Amino acid sequence: MTKIVVDGTEVDVPPDYTLLQACEIAGAEIPRFCFHERLSIAGNCRMCLVELKGAPKPVASCAWAVRDCRPGPNGEPPAVSTKSALTKKAREGVMEFLLINHPLDCPICDQGGHCDLQDQAMAYGVDSTRYGENKRAVEEKYIGPLVRTAMNRCIHCTRCVRFLAEVAGVPDLGAIGRGEDMEITSYLEQAMASELQGNVADLCPVGALVHKPQSYNVRPWELNKTESVDVMDAVGSAIRVDTRGREVMQVEPRINEAINEEWISDKTRHVVDGLRLQRLDRPYLRENGRLRPASWAEAFSAIAAKLKAADPKRVGAIVGDLAGVEETYALKRLMTAIGSPNLDCRQDGAAIDPAWGRAAYTFNPTIAGIEQADAILIVGANPRTEASLLNVRIRKRWRQAPLAVGLIGEATDLTYPHTYLGAGPETLAEVAGGKHSFAEALSKAERPLVIVGQGALARPDGAAILAAAAALARDIGAVSEGWNGFGVLHTAAARVGALDLGFVPGEGGLDFAAMTQAGALDVLYNLGADEVEIGAGAFVIYQGTHGDKGAHRADVILPGAAYTEKSATYVNTEGRVQLANRAAFPPGDAREDWAILRALSDVVAKRLPFDSLTALRKALYADHPHFAGIEQVAGQDVAAAVAALAGLGGQPGSEPFRSPVLDYYLTNPIARASRVLAECSGLARERVLQAAE
Amino acid sequence: MLSDQDRIFTNLYGFHSAGLDAARKRGAWDGTQFLLQQGRDWIIEEMKKSGLRGRGGAGFPTGLKWSFMPKQSDGRPHYLVVNADESEPGTCKDREIMRHDPHLLIEGCMLACFAMGAHAAYIYIRGEYIAERIALQRAVDEAYDARLVGKSNVHDYPFDIYVHHGAGAYICGEETALLESLEGKKGMPRLKPPFPANMGLYGCPTTVNNVESIAVAGTILRRGGAWFAGLGTKGNTGTKLFCVSGHVNKPCNVEEELGVTFRELIDRHCGGMRGGWDNLLCSIPGGSSVPLVPAEQIIDAPMDFDTLKNLKSGLGTAAVMVFDKSTDMVAAIARIAYFYKHESCGQCTPCREGTGWMWRVMLRMAEGRAQKREIDMLLDVTKQIEGHTICALGDAAAWPIQGLIRHFRPEIEKRIDRYSANPHPEPVPMAAE
Repeated sequence: MTKIVVDGTEVDVPPDYTLLQACEIAGAEIPRFCFHERLSIAGNCRMCLVELKGAPKPVASCAWAVRDCRPGPNGEPPAVSTKSALTKKAREGVMEFLLINHPLDCPICDQGGHCDLQDQAMAYGVDSTRYGENKRAVEEKYIGPLVRTAMNRCIHCTRCVRFLAEVAGVPDLGAIGRGEDMEITSYLEQAMASELQGNVADLCPVGALVHKPQSYNVRPWELNKTESVDVMDAVGSAIRVDTRGREVMQVEPRINEAINEEWISDKTRHVVDGLRLQRLDRPYLRENGRLRPASWAEAFSAIAAKLKAADPKRVGAIVGDLAGVEETYALKRLMTAIGSPNLDCRQDGAAIDPAWGRAAYTFNPTIAGIEQADAILIVGANPRTEASLLNVRIRKRWRQAPLAVGLIGEATDLTYPHTYLGAGPETLAEVAGGKHSFAEALSKAERPLVIVGQGALARPDGAAILAAAAALARDIGAVSEGWNGFGVLHTAAARVGALDLGFVPGEGGLDFAAMTQAGALDVLYNLGADEVEIGAGAFVIYQGTHGDKGAHRADVILPGAAYTEKSATYVNTEGRVQLANRAAFPPGDAREDWAILRALSDVVAKRLPFDSLTALRKALYADHPHFAGIEQVAGQDVAAAVAALAGLGGQPGSEPFRSPVLDYYLTNPIARASRVLAECSGLARERVLQAAE
Repeated sequence: MLSDQDRIFTNLYGFHSAGLDAARKRGAWDGTQFLLQQGRDWIIEEMKKSGLRGRGGAGFPTGLKWSFMPKQSDGRPHYLVVNADESEPGTCKDREIMRHDPHLLIEGCMLACFAMGAHAAYIYIRGEYIAERIALQRAVDEAYDARLVGKSNVHDYPFDIYVHHGAGAYICGEETALLESLEGKKGMPRLKPPFPANMGLYGCPTTVNNVESIAVAGTILRRGGAWFAGLGTKGNTGTKLFCVSGHVNKPCNVEEELGVTFRELIDRHCGGMRGGWDNLLCSIPGGSSVPLVPAEQIIDAPMDFDTLKNLKSGLGTAAVMVFDKSTDMVAAIARIAYFYKHESCGQCTPCREGTGWMWRVMLRMAEGRAQKREIDMLLDVTKQIEGHTICALGDAAAWPIQGLIRHFRPEIEKRIDRYSANPHPEPVPMAAE
C-alpha cells in the first residue's frame, strides 16, 4: 500500500492504482470521457487532468499510476490536487476544445439528459464561445440498423473502437484520418457485425452513437425504470426495463459482475418492439378450423369439457423456453392433480435428466469462474450465438493470459483464437482417448473446463455424448477441490428452472417427442413452446404471448404475460435463481401466467392451493427450497454428478454437432415478432451469403 | 571556430565516397573491437563524461539515457531504435549523415547496443527519404558483407540492424509514436509512463535516439569523452550540425562547436546575411517548433541549448531559419500553424481541436481580418494546449505562436488596423460561380 495525499486527505491505496482511482477513494470526483473501467486506458480526452505536486505539468489521472508519483523532497507522500486553479483551468481548457466543434443541438439530441458532455459542461464549461470559426461538419455514417450516428457530435474518445476491439473482439469500427479530420467509421460503411454492438451506444459519452430503434422516442426523465433479468438466452443478463406509461421503451444493461458485467447482447436490448407486435391480447377458440376471439369463460369451459372427457394418461403438458418457474410449477401441480405423468420441458429433446443430479445440467464453474480456467474444451456449442455474454467472459479470460480453447462442433469465429478439433463425437472420443494433440493441453491444465452445449445433447445419442464428456472431464481432473470444470450450456431461459422443478416425464410418462406425435394424446397443454411441431389429433391449449408457431396449432389460446409483464423466477444456466420484475402490464385481456393456471384449475375442479403470487412462492419454496435463494447458486456435489454421468456409458453416433441456434436474432417468439431483429437477421444472412461467394 | 581535425562528419558534403572502404579511411570502424572490450560501463561513463546532449531536439544527456536501460535483462530483449524520421521543418542534418557518412551511424548503433545489452537496432527512416534509405541500406549490406555486424561478426557481439521505412507522418518522429508505427500500428504517441526504457518496442526495454546522437558515439569513444567535452561551452559540449536556411547568402549544413555565435555562424559559413546584418528581422533557431527570437537578441547570442532557452526559445534540432525584413512573419507563423494542424494525429483533445483553431485565427491575422482582443485569446488558447497533451506536438504547435505574439504583437495590431481602415468586403458569391 502506498500513501498519497488527495486535496489534503491522506489515503492508503495499492501502488498499482491510478491517480483517478486514488482520487475516487479519497472522495474526489474526476471528470472523464475516454476512461472506462472495463476498457483499456486511452488517456486521450485529457478531461481528467490533475495537478501532481512536483510534476512540471498536469497529468492525466486515468493513466498515471500511484507508484509513478515521486515523493516530496523530505519524503512526504505525493500530493494531488483536484480542485486547484491549475486543474480547473486545464479542465476548462479541454472542455472548451471539446465544445468548439460540438454542435449546439442538445434539444434534438437523444443523449440529452444522460449526456456526459452536457453534465461536465455544467461544471467546467463557460457561458459563451470564443470560437468564431465554422464548426467542423462530419458526414453521418451507416453502421447498421441498431446504432445511429451523428458524427458531428463525436468527441473522439474511442470508447466504441476499444469496446469492439477488446470486448466484442471484432474490428468493426476504427478511426480514419488524423488531426481534426479524424473520424470514427466502419471503413466501408458496412453494418457492424457484432452481436454486442448496441453497447457502443451506451458507452458513447455524447450523442454521436445512439440507439437507432429508440431514436427520437424517449427522454430519460420520462421513464420508469424496473430492474429485471433477461430471458433471451440462458445467461440471464441483468437488465433494466424502461417503461413510459404501459409501454416498454427500452432495455438497458444493469451491472452484474457475476454474469454480464455491464454489457448486454443486441437481442436482449432490441427485442423491445417484439413485445408490442404480434401479441395475443385475448383468448381464442378454434371453431370449424378457424380461431375466433372468445371470452375467458368460453375458453376455460371448452378446456374443462375436453379434460373431463380425456383419460389422464392421454393428457400432457409441455413447457417452452420463456416460461418462469412460477407458471411451470403451477402447471406441474395441475397436471399432478389431474393425474397425468406426461410432462416435459425439453422441447429440443436434450438428453438431460434431473435424476442424474442438478450439477449434471448446470454450468458449474459459473460464468465469473471462467476467468479462473486455464484450458477450455467446448463440445457442441457456439457460445457466441448461444450465450454471447458467456463468450465475452471467455474472451476476457483469453485477454488476461494465454488460454487454450478447443472447439468440437461447427467451425465458427468465436472472436478469440481457438483450436478447431473436429465436428462430432468421434473427435470427442479421440480427445478423451488422449489421441488428440489438444488432450495434452487439457491434461496439463490445472483448471480445465469442459463446456457441453445443447448441440451435443439435443440428439438421440445425447446421453452417450454427455457421458463421454463427463468421463473426459473426470479423467483430466476438471472437477477437483475448489474447481468445478464441467458445465452444460443452455440456450433456453426456462430450462434449468423447469428441470429443477422436475418437469420431465413421470413414471410411464411420454417425453416431448412422444407427446407431439400425431395421435399420441387427447389433450396437450402447451405453455409457450413455439419451436416444435405438434402432430394432429390432440386438443392443444396454447398459453403464450405471441401469435407464433404454437398459437397456429392451438385449439384454445390463452393470452399470457411476457417476461417484462410479470414477476417471475428464472434460473440461468449456472443454476443462479433470479427474479424478473414486472415493468408493464400484459396487453388487453392477457393475464399473468400463474393466475391463468390458477383460474383454470378452479374450472376443472382441481383448485390449486394458492390465491396469490406470494402464496404460490411460499408453496414453491416449501417444495424446492433453493428457489428462495435469489441471486444465488445453490451448492451441489459436482464430482458425484460427473461421476454418475460418466457411468452412464453408451455409444455415441457419428453425426456432427449442430448448434441449436440457427439464427441468432430469431430464437424465440418475442424476437421473431421484432422488426428490428428481423432486419438484423436479414443482414446477417446476407453476410453469410457474401462470405460464401 | 571548429578546427578541421575536430570534425566528426568529415564527409558531410559527400565529396568522398560513402562506401565502407572510404569510411574506414576516414576513421569509421577503427578499433571498434577495442572499444567493445572496454566494457559496457566504460562506454556509458565516457558518454556521460563527453556531456553529449541528445541531438533530436530535447537535449537530454545521451549517456544518462543509456544508463536508464536495465543492467540485467529480465528475459526480455533490449532494443535500440534510431529515430531517423527527420521531419521537423528546417532540419536536414540526419539525411546528410545517412547519405554520406552512414558507417558512422552503423558503428554508433553497434556501440550503443553493446552499451545497453541490446542485440538489435532498428533505424526508422522518414517516408520521404527514399535516397537516404537506399544509401543506408547499401551501407548496412556492406557492413554485413564485411562481417562487421550480423549474428556472427568480427566483433564477437551478435548484432543485427534493420532499416525500416516510415510512411511520412511528422508525428512518427515522436519516440513512442515511432515505436507504435514500427510495431505496425497507427502512429499515435503512447502514454508515459511507462517510458520506453522500461516498456518500449514490443513491450521490451528500448532506447530511442536521434541519428546524430548515435553517429557521433564512435568518434567520441575513440577520442575520449574529455575531447568532446573540451569543445563547446560548459553544459553544451561538443560539435553539432547546424542546418542554416532562409535569407542568408549561402544556406548550408555545417558542423560547428556548440556556443558559436549566431553572427559567426552566418558570416563564416553562410556567406553572411542577405542585405547585411541590418536586414535581419528574426530567426527561428531550432526548427519550426521553437519560438522565434528577434534580431537584436539573436544576433550575438551563442548558439547552445541553455542560452537559447534563456531567450525563451530553444536550440531544438539546430535548424536555424533566418528571416530578413522582407518577411511577413505573421504569414510565416500561420503557415507553421497549418503544418501542425495538418500533422496532429488526432488522438488527444487539446491538440486535435486546438491546432485547427489556432491556424484559422492565424490565417485571419495574417490578413488583418481579426479583432485585437483575439490576440490575447489566441495566446490563451496556446496556453490551453501547451502541457495538456499526450506528446510534445501540442507544445510544438503552441510555441511558435507564443513567440510571434511575444515579439510581433505591434505588427499584428498594425495589420488589424490597416485592414479595418480599409475593409475589403467579402466577395458575394454569384449563382453562376
